[in-house]
Amino acid sequence: MMTTIVVLIAFLTLFILYPLAILLVDSLYGGNGFTLDTFRRIFGMWTFRRAITNTLKVGFVVGILSTMIGLLFAYVEVYVRMRKVVGGLFRVVSMLPVVSPPFVLSLSMIMLFGRAGLITRFLLGIYDNDIYGYWGIVIVQTMTFFPVCYMMLKGLLKNIDPSMEEASRDMGASRWKVFTTVTLPLLLPGLGNAFLVTFIESIADFANPMIIGGSYDTLATTIYLQITGAMDKEGAAAMAVVLLCITLAMFAVQKYYLERKTAATLTGKASRVRMLIEDKSVTIPLTILCSLGAIFVILMYICVPIGALFPTWGYKFTPLTFKWFQQVFTRYRGLQAFRDSFVLSLIAAPITALLSMIISYLVVKRNFRGKGFIEAVSILAMAVPGTVLGVGYIRGFANGLFHTGVLSGIYGTGLILIIVFVVRSLPTGTRSGISALRQIDKSIEESAYDMGADSLKVFTSVTLPLIKDSFLSGLVTAFVRSITAISAIILLVTPSYLLITVQINEFAEKGSFSIACAFATILILITYGAVLLMNLFIKFFGTSRKQKEVK
Amino acid sequence: MADMKVKQPKGVKLDHISKIYKDPKTGKDFYAVHDVALDITPGSFVTLLGPSGCGKTTTLRMIAGFESPDEGEIYLGGEPINALTPNKRDTAMVFQSYALFPHYNVFDNVAYGLKLRKVPKNEIRDRVEKILSLVELSGMEQRMTNQLSGGQQQRVALARALVVEPGVLLFDEPLSNLDAKLRVQMRTEIRRIQQALGITAVYVTHDQSEAMAISDQIILMKQGVIAQMGSPMEIYYKPNSEFVADFIGECNFLHGKVSENAEKGAIVSLPAGKVAVRTEKKRTSGEACEIVLRPEAITIGDEGMLPCWVELSCFMGSYQNYHVRVGEELVKITDNCPLNKKIFNTGDRAYISFDPECAHLL
Repeated sequence: MMTTIVVLIAFLTLFILYPLAILLVDSLYGGNGFTLDTFRRIFGMWTFRRAITNTLKVGFVVGILSTMIGLLFAYVEVYVRMRKVVGGLFRVVSMLPVVSPPFVLSLSMIMLFGRAGLITRFLLGIYDNDIYGYWGIVIVQTMTFFPVCYMMLKGLLKNIDPSMEEASRDMGASRWKVFTTVTLPLLLPGLGNAFLVTFIESIADFANPMIIGGSYDTLATTIYLQITGAMDKEGAAAMAVVLLCITLAMFAVQKYYLERKTAATLTGKASRVRMLIEDKSVTIPLTILCSLGAIFVILMYICVPIGALFPTWGYKFTPLTFKWFQQVFTRYRGLQAFRDSFVLSLIAAPITALLSMIISYLVVKRNFRGKGFIEAVSILAMAVPGTVLGVGYIRGFANGLFHTGVLSGIYGTGLILIIVFVVRSLPTGTRSGISALRQIDKSIEESAYDMGADSLKVFTSVTLPLIKDSFLSGLVTAFVRSITAISAIILLVTPSYLLITVQINEFAEKGSFSIACAFATILILITYGAVLLMNLFIKFFGTSRKQKEVK
Repeated sequence: MADMKVKQPKGVKLDHISKIYKDPKTGKDFYAVHDVALDITPGSFVTLLGPSGCGKTTTLRMIAGFESPDEGEIYLGGEPINALTPNKRDTAMVFQSYALFPHYNVFDNVAYGLKLRKVPKNEIRDRVEKILSLVELSGMEQRMTNQLSGGQQQRVALARALVVEPGVLLFDEPLSNLDAKLRVQMRTEIRRIQQALGITAVYVTHDQSEAMAISDQIILMKQGVIAQMGSPMEIYYKPNSEFVADFIGECNFLHGKVSENAEKGAIVSLPAGKVAVRTEKKRTSGEACEIVLRPEAITIGDEGMLPCWVELSCFMGSYQNYHVRVGEELVKITDNCPLNKKIFNTGDRAYISFDPECAHLL
């Protein structure tokens, strides 16, 4: 166990802490010692100052909108009697952002509402609709991130003991009064939590502002341009430090203040089934509103495969053709792109799943020195925007450790891409692993020890079978996250590797939407296939199935 | 405490109400509550008792308005209330999980209903203070609910319901989350407060001893229908079915045939012998019947009415516990204060006797 811990600590230090530390070092140490010159220089650039306000403005608005829409969907799902179809729509909406690459909505937004947009130009006859910029980013990010809020808030609402609301109602409160005096106050920390999570996601998002931002630059895109366009690595490092500071501050508030508060106000046990609202004057408008919203989001996603079938988007719609799909493979080296992305993600996924299981096992079940460090660093990585990590890896590994040349061999190889994939998926995997392990009653394992099993036997015969499902879903999540990743990868990829997401981004920027759509469609099929495969596997071999049968 | 009497305790009348649910597995409709008719007099304490799934909680929630009856009408203080939503009904409920608001302190929890009623601030303070002293929580106003023990939370829940002076007070298994000792203490407390205020109370529980200790009337339910209603003593000594007899306290059943009618009773012939039993109903001779005997109503001795073999003899402190075989049937006996009595041992031959007044014929 000792070696495992040492290796883990070394890995986390080298690939999470060190790249972040080197950013700080780089931007603070000039040729002759400590200096604030780099920071002074970047804050002197008005483009950078504007990028900060842009980013915060977008993050704030997206956070608010996503939280509100998420709350509406969650409330309707938990409190209102609705048809099964509507529930199905909700599930699809919450699933889509998971399986699709992060920027497809930008593509469909441009294709539907852009200058040559299907809706704007052909349905409404507007020729100069400018979707690029602030509103484009806000709309697309809101549609991408509100499902996350919806899932979070749904969980919280389900944990509110319905008796509490019944007590309020019993003492004379109207439904609205119940909502404002009981439900909302209980949910408030959770809403703050959802807001901050979305805020962080929004300001860390790279691909959407890149594609639909136009001249509206955010921090993530500014950093990218600073390093790829202006070739100013020190400046980019300093900018990355600024971005990191913002997300870390948000993350600290969310983690150590709001999450604790959420836990304190929600009892976490529902004593009985909630009575659903059946009053038609409430259910019908709410269901219709949410269904329309959900259908709109789904249509946006569907627009991508359809866009790949039109001969020329915006000009020629018939006959539908597969020529773009063919060109992906014949002209644009699609096979290599898919192979590279697929293979690298396939290598990264099991490593991530295994690492996060080991980390969560150690954190939950063992006591050792350095445990706090391991937990903190692997969770901290969640707050690190991909762009920041990318810049950190460039600064940290391009010339070797601390620019000494040691380990510089991994820079530009597939290995560093795999490592980035692992580091980017590790926090989510660890978090779900920890919560899965915490659910196992300690006495179950103790009884196995008691009957003479050693710790390895206990792990393999009791713990592992119980967390099998969680491990499996961690595996698939890691795979999906890796194959759809872009923000850190785009800074580190070299011409010897073609990655799908990078390709899509390139084509989208060039305005070749049909080919971008064809790539994106195939990518979505792959990720969706992986998720489907996982669900099938869990259904037939998972632990939950056996438990259900026993019942 | 005289000034705290509720102004107007209300009666509750359930006029043949039914509730139909869909079985989630089979998809078939079934009656969760079937044709329950009940008239609760103002100021009385009525308990709905029964095993889980008998419809007692559903009945209570229909009175509160969280469920609406599919058949029948509910009256509160003579007014039909089926059409009223829970917030418009003059009821207040104490929940099994207490359902205290974790974001409010004790004072705000109790004052909640009064604030909704727009009671002036001064009056709210006075009333909350008074009710908190009644449930012996004075000085705890500023505590948050998670700083209270289970028993204290229970009292806050009770105070919160009482302070709005409802026409009827509803209890949904309020003591089931407390430990045994506290449970006994709290039920005495609830009964004391109910009597002091003269409030109507409907109380749901599955604990028969709780029901006995606390109620004016017990309504025993089984599979959605009322099995029997009456005072605790009636239910205990004059059960109308094997189910009721068995559910309330421990019970022995002796199966036999009515051999002849006697004055104010019957002679029952059992395989082990003939015994006289008191019964109000005329029985025809030859009819199969059961004698219901409570364990403490039977005495054991060297001579008596029916011979038996002792199969188990166990000292329990306040009583000696016997299991004896009478003919084919097992009979349990609790023999109180065994110190100066003869103790029979396993395998001994003995006789049992009982007072015909204490035996009940089914």
